[in-house]
Amino acid sequence: MLPEIGLGLLWLAAALAGLQLLAGGLSLSANGGGMAGIVRPVAIVQGVLAAAAMGILIWLFVQTDLSVKLVAENSHSAKPLMYKIAGTWGNHEGSMLLWVTVMGLGGAFVAAVERRLPEPTMMATLAGQAFVSLGFYAFLLFASNPFARLYPVPEDGNGLNPLLQDPGLAFHPPTLYLGYVGLSIAFSFAIGALITRQVGPDFARAMRPWVLGAWIFLTVGITAGSYWAYYVLGWGGWWFWDPVENASLMPWLAATALLHSCSVLAARNALRAWTVMLGVVAFSMSMVGTFLVRSGILTSVHAFAVDPRRGGFILALLAIYIGGALLLFALRAATVTEGERFAITSREGALVFNNVMLSSILGITLIGTLYPLFTEAMGTKVSVGPPYFTPVSAMFAVPMFVVLLFGPMLRWRRDKFSRVSGVLALPLVVALIAGGWAFAVGVRHVLPLLGLALGPALVVASVLPLRGRSVLRAPLSLWGMVIAHAGIGVALFGMASDSAFTVEKLVAAKVGEVQQVGPWSIKLAEVAPIAGQNWTAMEGVLKARYDGGAEVTLRPQSRTFWAPLQTNAVSALKGRWNGQLYTVLGDETVSDKGESRWQLRLWWKPYVPLIWIGGLLVALGGGLALLSRVAQDLKRRLARAKGGHRRDEVAALAKGDAA
Amino acid sequence: MAVRAKHQRLVLLGIALVALIGAGLLATWALRSQASYFYVPADMAANPPESDRAVRLGGMVERGSMKNAADGVTVNFIVSDGKARIPVRFAGIRPALFVEGSGVVAEGKLGRDGTFVADNLLAKHDEKYVPREMKDMQQARKAIENTK
Amino acid sequence: MSKDNPAKAPRWALWLPLALFAGFVVLVVVGLVKPKNTDIASQMVGKPLPAFTLRAAADERPGLATGDFQTGKPQLLNIFASWCIPCRAEAPVLDELRRQGVTINAIAIRDHKADLAAFLGQYGNPYARIGADDVSAVQLAIGSSGVPETFVIDGKGVIRYQHIGDIRPEQIPDILRLLKEAQ
Repeated sequence: MLPEIGLGLLWLAAALAGLQLLAGGLSLSANGGGMAGIVRPVAIVQGVLAAAAMGILIWLFVQTDLSVKLVAENSHSAKPLMYKIAGTWGNHEGSMLLWVTVMGLGGAFVAAVERRLPEPTMMATLAGQAFVSLGFYAFLLFASNPFARLYPVPEDGNGLNPLLQDPGLAFHPPTLYLGYVGLSIAFSFAIGALITRQVGPDFARAMRPWVLGAWIFLTVGITAGSYWAYYVLGWGGWWFWDPVENASLMPWLAATALLHSCSVLAARNALRAWTVMLGVVAFSMSMVGTFLVRSGILTSVHAFAVDPRRGGFILALLAIYIGGALLLFALRAATVTEGERFAITSREGALVFNNVMLSSILGITLIGTLYPLFTEAMGTKVSVGPPYFTPVSAMFAVPMFVVLLFGPMLRWRRDKFSRVSGVLALPLVVALIAGGWAFAVGVRHVLPLLGLALGPALVVASVLPLRGRSVLRAPLSLWGMVIAHAGIGVALFGMASDSAFTVEKLVAAKVGEVQQVGPWSIKLAEVAPIAGQNWTAMEGVLKARYDGGAEVTLRPQSRTFWAPLQTNAVSALKGRWNGQLYTVLGDETVSDKGESRWQLRLWWKPYVPLIWIGGLLVALGGGLALLSRVAQDLKRRLARAKGGHRRDEVAALAKGDAA
Repeated sequence: MAVRAKHQRLVLLGIALVALIGAGLLATWALRSQASYFYVPADMAANPPESDRAVRLGGMVERGSMKNAADGVTVNFIVSDGKARIPVRFAGIRPALFVEGSGVVAEGKLGRDGTFVADNLLAKHDEKYVPREMKDMQQARKAIENTK
Repeated sequence: MSKDNPAKAPRWALWLPLALFAGFVVLVVVGLVKPKNTDIASQMVGKPLPAFTLRAAADERPGLATGDFQTGKPQLLNIFASWCIPCRAEAPVLDELRRQGVTINAIAIRDHKADLAAFLGQYGNPYARIGADDVSAVQLAIGSSGVPETFVIDGKGVIRYQHIGDIRPEQIPDILRLLKEAQ
């Protein structure tokens, strides 16, 4: 019964999305004003219904209700509870339901709290949001029903891909989805603003918290995804420029650009058409990414079960939404009046540079990701990897980082470079020292050298905007910017360290033998079988010493899952303040004389964890900025509520508004 | 003043356009030299890639060809497609289910001695079939009734 | 500030994103329409079965060895497992083949006796013999890369055809034709 209720709720939510679109659209016409009143409540109820359907699906997974096909295909009664829950969105149907749920809740939240924009723009925005949701509801209901039944009921389920049975990954997709869907709200705002031609600072201020929130989730999602790939795949790498990774990177690049252009629009009323364009592009990249991953059109190491017909459906949605939005842009952007002007040497100028560079990186990532598709249409199979992406993206990233050294110190509107050049001496000295040190210890490749020099310089430069201010009284949003920019420098240093300093050793070791990797000496103490809840494994016990120091134990495993059957290596990591030891256990090889040896792959990775620490700092900076925006907004609302109280007796109403 | 502002705007627009077009040109140029092509043994034998170019080689691991080297981590085997045979050397931890007679995609470079040196192996094994269309069993039964 | 500011992006530039996107759509449509062959055909088709002897996987049926195929009569060799969902969908189809007089031998991949008994109890047992392949050794030796797969073996024990994935009801005539051709 429960699955049928869930399906019913979805249909109802879809119907309400239709109503929301209709009412929102009608309210824009001259005599449809009466419809405006119902749009917000409908949006809220629609979000709640979608969330209820999601709740039911989670419950079915927790109960391992095998009469539901999705549960039977993706879950197993012997699976730990957390992975039963994560299994809900670890598959196509569930992840699409998660998508519409987050989208519905986002729309409901906008409908409930956003009061800054002119009402027609709000109505157009909510109608746009409903329009997008409607397509995804149709996709769920007609092409990927998560509540379909299975008859006869199987004895047990099929299991979940063991690579996905990992705590990091269990919460990785929902994090990215929150990001994607946050961008869908920015997209709706952009559509609403284009329809009503209301592109201005108010639009930017209303959109900014959503972009910021989405961007934080994307940052956390990408950081977590990168760490997951790093320790689960057992290849020692943290970024493979794989299509799935690019699919999450591209929306992030667009959102980063949007975030910065939004702040120009909010503060200076410039870059109007550009910001709207980025609002469209950011969500388009989320959809393109989802499409590329889910349609199976590109092959990836993070393979999902794929179905070309579903790909066709998502493609149709893409064509309608992105094509429609770009058409609207082409028709309307010329009538969006030009914003304020500024000199090239100004905060705006630096931000424009940032935007152009980010867009270029986005462009080369998109081209590289699609290139195999292009050549395959021509009859040649190719794959594009790090040898293309890394140097080409660095060509744009490096100039961007150089501008980032002084950009945040420039004044709005117009400035002189000579005003900041004096302060710039400090980061330049830091860059010289760091680069010189790297060169002295033997780093010779250009990109790692640049990264090792620029990273610390960025950290120092990012703090400079705080100079001359009382540290305690500096606004929270300024702190957010400082921390986020410092995080970029920290991550950059980590990335450069990986290519500059990593030491790797691959051996076949007898039990009892000692290996030397960089400063570590590592002894293979024993290899023993071990069993888990739904797997068995061979576990190596490694006793490692750093430079003759205290002994630490690492336990890498070669694990065999039995539902579904799959083998994979589980790496064991040991962090120190200055890096990470990374160990993988491989197969047993037996020599002609009957000697047994175990393959070991050992890496010493100095400073590499800084990549993810940096990523988290970036997200933290975003969080502080968001906090300061929300706090300002609340203060403004409270002030308005108090004013209202004095003027008349509708205090209760106004307080409801403030909450 | 207005003229100057206009001029500056043009400069900005110009920089943006140059950067974006430059990105596109750079991408196409770099892709030509950096994309790694997919070969089957017959292609590789007929048209060997330059020795410093990263490519991928796909085929079946020939039965009886897999030899473990004395160091315990290097394996030599032959990838064939029925038309040509390419010797491959790989040092590293082999993917699960990488065995003789199975499909494999090796990423690496063709050495000057004609041996393909792989730095990564992707074993093409999928234990879990996803049925192309998921029909439930009732439907299957009905169809059987109809064929009688 | 005026609408016809000459320094603004030209009109055609506003259509550029749409044009680029249209190019993208065309590209992926081509990619989607083009069929992708990701199945791995066995290199063993046309060759005799490798020698193997497998113990019985279930109590009610004997085990399986290469010799069991050298009967002069074509047979099917079904690779399956109780943990495999498509195998459940395939069970009624195999049952129908058995009813039409086809001998089906099976290899159960990495299975447990109790699970297998439950599977055969629930979905039927169309098999004459079931061998247990606990480490996928025979499966890999005959060039099968997943479950379910079905091989047509002629009377001399030579592999004549490999069917990857579950057999659909509409494919029953094809299988029967292949068996006849193998005679």
